[in-house]
Amino acid sequence: METLKQELKENIVEQLNLEDIAVEDINDNDILFGDGLGLDSIDALELIVMLDKNYGIKLSDPKEGRAIFESIEVLAKYISEHRTK
Amino acid sequence: MNSDYYISSFCSIKNNTISLNGSKVYSDENIEFSEFIKAAYKSLNTNYPKFFKMDALSKLAFLAADVLLKNENLNSEEENDIAIVFSNKASSLDTDRKHQKSIDNEEDYFPSPAVFVYTLPNICIGEISIKYKLFSENSFFIFENFNAQHLLDYSSSLLATGKTDKVLCGWVELDGDQYDAYLYLVTKTGTTTHNKKNIIKFYNT
Repeated sequence: METLKQELKENIVEQLNLEDIAVEDINDNDILFGDGLGLDSIDALELIVMLDKNYGIKLSDPKEGRAIFESIEVLAKYISEHRTK
Repeated sequence: MNSDYYISSFCSIKNNTISLNGSKVYSDENIEFSEFIKAAYKSLNTNYPKFFKMDALSKLAFLAADVLLKNENLNSEEENDIAIVFSNKASSLDTDRKHQKSIDNEEDYFPSPAVFVYTLPNICIGEISIKYKLFSENSFFIFENFNAQHLLDYSSSLLATGKTDKVLCGWVELDGDQYDAYLYLVTKTGTTTHNKKNIIKFYNT
């Protein structure tokens, strides 16, 4: 699980172009959207694509992402339970 | 169209150099555009984190506009009545190609939403408008070459018909390694007459 969390942090920083945020600055329970990392709606769509591309998880309803993308902790748990690759 | 208006300032970004009113404000030779524009952003204290999420054309247009508008001492808390009239040749082709590449292979079909949103050239106008609270008219024209006459006529018309107080206009071209930005601000008062000769003169500065 720790490896997955680290991988997610690295992917989020790189794929969402978070130039001002270092991987080590992201805590497992930090809120990803809103006042947390400040991700926006396009970032949410990018994360949905990342779930599909990297872990074979298809979210048919983007609203599902609201709960899944709460934090690295929640996201890693969801991926480990649903991944197909 | 007569020349009742003025060019109050102009900014250009080309050959890894950013100039404002003909004076160099940033230069970093021998690096690729992506590194150059990022280094310029940091050096010029631009302070707009969303910059890093933009495509190359928007970064180019945004930074040119920012260098110019920062010098105008606008009130960033209030709406500013400045229209935007931009033009270029390649439209958003640079980003269109990236998007096309991501959907070429049916076996590896993962288009990026963050890339797709920039597959229109006028998105760069939105980025500038958000930062400077510009809610006036805006247009983005595609021409084979820099068209001073059209920019002159269109911006003069916007001012003459009371659509706006000022017009930020010019050329923001980017395709691969080739880029060229030239923006200028047209106002109702000033000393440098807004005419085709001056528009072209500053473009070639």
